Amino acid sequence: MGAEVVAVGVEWLGAFLSSTVQAGTVLLLAALGETYAERSGILNLGVEGMMIVGAAFSYLITLATGNDLLAILVAMGMATLLALIHAVISISFRLNQIVSGLAITLFGLGLSGYLTFPDVRVGILRAINPSLPMSMAYRQSTPKLPDISIPLLSQIPVIGPAFFRQNAIIYASYVLTVLLWWFLFKTRPGLNIRSVGENPAMADSLGINVYLIRYVATLLGGALAGLAGAFLFIGYQPFWVEGMTAGRGFVALALVIFAAWSPLRVMAGAYLFGGVEALQFRLQVLGYGTTAPQFLLMLPYVTTIIVLVALSYEMIRKKIGVPAALAIPYAREE
Amino acid sequence: MDTSPSKKLVEMRDIVKSFPGVLANDHVNFTLYRGEIHALLGENGAGKTTLMNILYGLYRPDEGKILVRGKPVKIGSPADALHLGIGMVHQHFKLIPPHTVVENVILGLKSPRFKLDVGRAAHEISDLASRYGWKINPFARIWQLSAGEKQMVEILKVLYHGADILILDEPTSVLTPQETRGLFESLKKMREEGKGIVFITHKLEEVFAVGNRVTVMRKGRVVATMSMEKATREELARLMVGRPVLFRLEKESVEPGRPVLQLEDVHALGEKGVPALRGITLIVREREVLGIAGVTGNGQLELAEVATGLRKVTHGRVVVDGVDVTNKGPRAFIEKGIAYIPAERQREGLVIGMNVAENLVLRYYRYEPFSRRAVINWRMVDENAEKLVRKFEIVTPNVRETTRHLSGGNQQKVVVARELGGRPGGKTPRLVVAMYPTRGLDVGATEYVRKTLLRYREMGSAIFLVSEDLEEIFQLSDRIAVIFEGQIMGVVRPSETSYEEVGLMMAGAKRLEEIPA
Repeated sequence: MGAEVVAVGVEWLGAFLSSTVQAGTVLLLAALGETYAERSGILNLGVEGMMIVGAAFSYLITLATGNDLLAILVAMGMATLLALIHAVISISFRLNQIVSGLAITLFGLGLSGYLTFPDVRVGILRAINPSLPMSMAYRQSTPKLPDISIPLLSQIPVIGPAFFRQNAIIYASYVLTVLLWWFLFKTRPGLNIRSVGENPAMADSLGINVYLIRYVATLLGGALAGLAGAFLFIGYQPFWVEGMTAGRGFVALALVIFAAWSPLRVMAGAYLFGGVEALQFRLQVLGYGTTAPQFLLMLPYVTTIIVLVALSYEMIRKKIGVPAALAIPYAREE
Repeated sequence: MDTSPSKKLVEMRDIVKSFPGVLANDHVNFTLYRGEIHALLGENGAGKTTLMNILYGLYRPDEGKILVRGKPVKIGSPADALHLGIGMVHQHFKLIPPHTVVENVILGLKSPRFKLDVGRAAHEISDLASRYGWKINPFARIWQLSAGEKQMVEILKVLYHGADILILDEPTSVLTPQETRGLFESLKKMREEGKGIVFITHKLEEVFAVGNRVTVMRKGRVVATMSMEKATREELARLMVGRPVLFRLEKESVEPGRPVLQLEDVHALGEKGVPALRGITLIVREREVLGIAGVTGNGQLELAEVATGLRKVTHGRVVVDGVDVTNKGPRAFIEKGIAYIPAERQREGLVIGMNVAENLVLRYYRYEPFSRRAVINWRMVDENAEKLVRKFEIVTPNVRETTRHLSGGNQQKVVVARELGGRPGGKTPRLVVAMYPTRGLDVGATEYVRKTLLRYREMGSAIFLVSEDLEEIFQLSDRIAVIFEGQIMGVVRPSETSYEEVGLMMAGAKRLEEIPA
């Protein structure tokens, strides 16, 4: 009797952790990209729009071709294109980054809805793949990216399956997190990115190309937001619903602040916020009240507000290193 | 010192640089030799920093040539300058507070190209620091350091980038006397190594403490270059402040009346929380102009703000007409009849987007007859405006014109009209605190403002005049108080003193033992 309860508990915990990692990865990928953009001084509120466009294209491409890799690349490419718009507006034209970002989010939500509207969708799919049967074109779902078990590591009780019996994008996110952290803090280009976000005038005076760095960081942010969107669809919930990002782009933005602009802390925060999402699903399944989920979903925002309040103290700002030139356009004087 | 041509590190020839409305450098020549500390002396706005910013590639000269080690060069950016071995330490540090010392020092270097070897760089930085008798933790973050340490990092950064031409802009302004002595020792060591150092300053003491040669600038021109053996304090002070032609203003002699403003041992903090006023005792009387002379940044702004109730004092008393108003807030000062002509008319003196009539009641709009129970009487506001525009000869199409569209002189007249003539009931102000009241004005407007101040002096107001223009101070003042580093170096009468004496006090080289109130 007791052993059975323990076994059920362990199984529940394993499943919970596994979906925590999956939900967290969506946030992790988007927030990693945004961390780079913000470190260079560019605030991108278009993350949500870039994610949903990424998700929409990964849906369309997998449906049309069945090629996951192609779907991922197209999703990243399209989101990068949106990021390019944001970069031109906020870096070259030096306009308000908040307005530009929000406009891109609204545009992305609209565009993704239009492209996946059944009649439009069928046309697009037929254009990509003329031999696609009509019945396929009306499908809302595609096969989920397969899980791959890592030998030995996946055998670790509870944690093993949660972290090492997942799909390729999740493994990529582990590598990416460490790589992006290392690049940002241990290499000269990383130091240049951080310096540009702190004091672009000084970096410029030392011969660092502020515009180039900001463009690259913003485009990287877009690409990763696209990857996050692609993962959301083909790696996590392979059933197309309009607006399926459901505010995750904004949670990712909050996460960047929560994690104080560090890729490693972003990972921790992503699993924390992802855990909240997973827990909320599980509580619903278990039939716990209808109000609890809303309260749980507020948690990422509430914690972010607490972090923001803490950041209002000069001392904490200094210690954490809020990019001093965040959202401030740079123009060389003379 | 060896001044043979082969020892020339830098030669700047006929440098001209103008900014809108200002000729900052007017055919300036400047030479720096290997192994010298060359003091660049002058008042604020003399063009010292502009000249060095040109050498450092921050500004491009309109005319002129620059030779570095005998070769003509074009310096387009600080990166170019560093490449030529020229490094500059600015008055305001250019460091990134959340980054470590090492990260700040190695920023902008070309090697290593990709992976940073922070450990090695830290080691090299420590070695470099100890060579000049400094100690610094390379892994400390900039925000954890004191001002002196930050400056050390700036200098280390320049040296680490391989510069042998060092420009220091007012380097001691943030240092304690002990730190200053330490800096001078280090600079002398660098000189022995054959580096060339330009030392920008307005303090005579420092010129004598470290300089081999001195170049004095005034109003964009070089007025003298000499070796220190030949220089005397008096001569440098005279060269620095100049001996301009005085054109006499009509100034009636009137007997000063009762004290209006009394400052008693006032201490106050500056913008950055450091002490800006350190025990100021002054009195301004009715029918008297007290002029405050000093190089900008020695506490004048804080003094003016204390006198108008805008800045809190941390110690001491502020008394107006016998009533203690210490830290009572600006409204108490307004109600005592204190007027203020601030330094920046467009930022502090006016709401630039509002019209002339509105600007003319800004100080007194809450009092009758301009408002009653929180409702503004616009008819009275307009009447007041019409009256002041006529009285103060403000040139404006009508009183509803936005002040942004007025000329600088007329904008200043709006401020002067409000402050001097805007008191309800036609009362004259008890005290007028005027901060650089003629800065940036043409000759006509300048004369008008000066005459107006004197007219109100004769009508009974006490005038507290802060100016960086010694000529103006000498012309208008009945007494002159010289401020240096937040302290009064002496109070003198213009008829009993000289430019030289005031110049010495401004540079902190002289202090009167007895300071009459």
